[in-house]
Amino acid sequence: MGKTIVEKIFAEHLVDVPFEDTQVIKLDAVFCHEITTPIAINDLVARGLDRVFDPDKIKAVIDHVTPAKDSKTATQGKILRDWARRHNIKDFFDIGRNGVCHALFPEKGFVRPGYTVIMGDSHTCTHGAFGAFAAGVGTTDLAVGILKGVCAFRTPQTMKVNITGKLQKGVYAKDLILSIISRIGVNGATGKVMEFTGDVVEELSMEARMTMCNMAVEAGGTCGICAPDMTTVEYLWPFIKDEFSSKEEALTQYSRYCADADAVYAETVEIDASEIVPMSTFGYKPDQVRPVSEMKGTAIDQVYIGSCTNGRIEDLRAAADVLKGKKIHDSIRAIVSPASPAIYAQALEEGIIKIFMDAGFCVTNPTCGACLGMSNGVLADGEVCVSTTNRNFSGRMGKGGMVHLVSPATAAASAISGQLDTAQ
Amino acid sequence: MKNFSGKVLFLDRDDINTDEIIPARYLTENSKEALQPYLLEDLEMTGFDPRQDIAGKAAIVTRDNFGCGSSREHAPWALEVNNINIVIGVGFARIFRQNMYNCGLMAVQLPSDTIEQLFARFAGKDTTVTTDFEKRKLVFSAGDQVEELEFELGGFDKALVEAGGWIGYADEKY
Ligand code: SF4
Repeated sequence: MGKTIVEKIFAEHLVDVPFEDTQVIKLDAVFCHEITTPIAINDLVARGLDRVFDPDKIKAVIDHVTPAKDSKTATQGKILRDWARRHNIKDFFDIGRNGVCHALFPEKGFVRPGYTVIMGDSHTCTHGAFGAFAAGVGTTDLAVGILKGVCAFRTPQTMKVNITGKLQKGVYAKDLILSIISRIGVNGATGKVMEFTGDVVEELSMEARMTMCNMAVEAGGTCGICAPDMTTVEYLWPFIKDEFSSKEEALTQYSRYCADADAVYAETVEIDASEIVPMSTFGYKPDQVRPVSEMKGTAIDQVYIGSCTNGRIEDLRAAADVLKGKKIHDSIRAIVSPASPAIYAQALEEGIIKIFMDAGFCVTNPTCGACLGMSNGVLADGEVCVSTTNRNFSGRMGKGGMVHLVSPATAAASAISGQLDTAQ
Repeated sequence: MKNFSGKVLFLDRDDINTDEIIPARYLTENSKEALQPYLLEDLEMTGFDPRQDIAGKAAIVTRDNFGCGSSREHAPWALEVNNINIVIGVGFARIFRQNMYNCGLMAVQLPSDTIEQLFARFAGKDTTVTTDFEKRKLVFSAGDQVEELEFELGGFDKALVEAGGWIGYADEKY
């Protein structure tokens, strides 16, 4: 019987099957940020277990609230910083070099096909774009990962999401994943890995694949995953060029993580990309999705472009294409947060930052900030934000606030109109 | 886990997410106890007032996909420091469910018609639940209404509850 991608990765990393349906796997990387890791650190210290399984496999960043906004967030940063020093964790990214974890770590080459990764962050599923198994976990799982380099999972099942047809112009990976979530529901992939396949996925860039995998958890998925291919190899080449004699050789090696033709899926969902139009959420759940055209005119107060979903260079380019030579509407305010310093620098070089500034956007440093309602653009009660982030839960960007999730192009078009609008 | 008896909070909605259980603005706290006043603060449901309705409750009965959203273990902790050690529902988000058992708390799944019956018979009443973990039994009662239910616990879940959580278990074994 053939195997799916995740089944192959688990088989290669299996440490123990303590109980039927439970697999303990070895981890290739443990990622950490300053919101969920400090408590794990404090807990390990209190238990007399202040150790790390391998400092080179642990990567840490201060990203959620940076620069610190108050003493409490400064303390969280300090606990992470001191711990990284104490254990000689070299890949620790402090202010000036920090960015949103799921944008920063991929661009540093920390994720490879076949890897197993955990982080105390639900959007860790993003890294499945590289053909890796990457899952969000709680603080206790994180603590054990840090200490022992292992994590326990229920034997994963795979949902195949096969995307065929052709994406129309002005329709992006964000519109695609919103449509998929609306189709299967916020609980549609619970306990499953979502394996994205089909011509459309093969043509997507790594950035677009990350956008798709990022939101797998919004359908309950453990991880989103895309088979490694030449696009993956090209993206990783600067980091792997000493390991392989050629890109073809790298591809051959990585291809062992592609699903077998006779792999068994728990479920298959067929998506025709040709039918998809720009989408927006309308309620407090990510599966409440409608075409933007049906929501045109929805009043808004703020536009936010950034986050681990859509704060990458391609996203900023798509928004800048719409904004070029235009101004945001007087009645609203707009914020853009490039998701990493490299993205920020690239956007500067391409003149994109100037386009944003000329349009009237506030450009902030790379941070999660407003995405989870902690800093840099929190909403007031009753305010509405059109946002390129991934969660529209009630209160997510500020108590009493409403969030409409959209693509960067739609966000930019809405900033110009002063209401929800398409770029088309 | 010790057996206990206590009042039940009924939350009649699917997909109650971790932002509703404990909002992100409290994630800067570095102790579990500090989360105590904020449990379910952002859950807006007709007839539900977190300040009044949580006090004295020992269990939650809810619908499907409870705990979806973020990975924050602050959600189980906020329950724990409010003395709520068990959530009973049709289903749970993966990370939340694992976090509960990793902390030695329980997320018990029951079929949707059983949950439906619990809501029909006990919601809105002064309901008490009594647990018997050895026999895997829950007894709900309100006035002269009594219902005894059995539940299942996976091998790993049981081991975690008995070990008092995953850190102790893993440190010994791996
Ligand atoms: S950008 Fe938002 S969703 Fe992504 S890691 Fe940061 S807080 Fe989480």
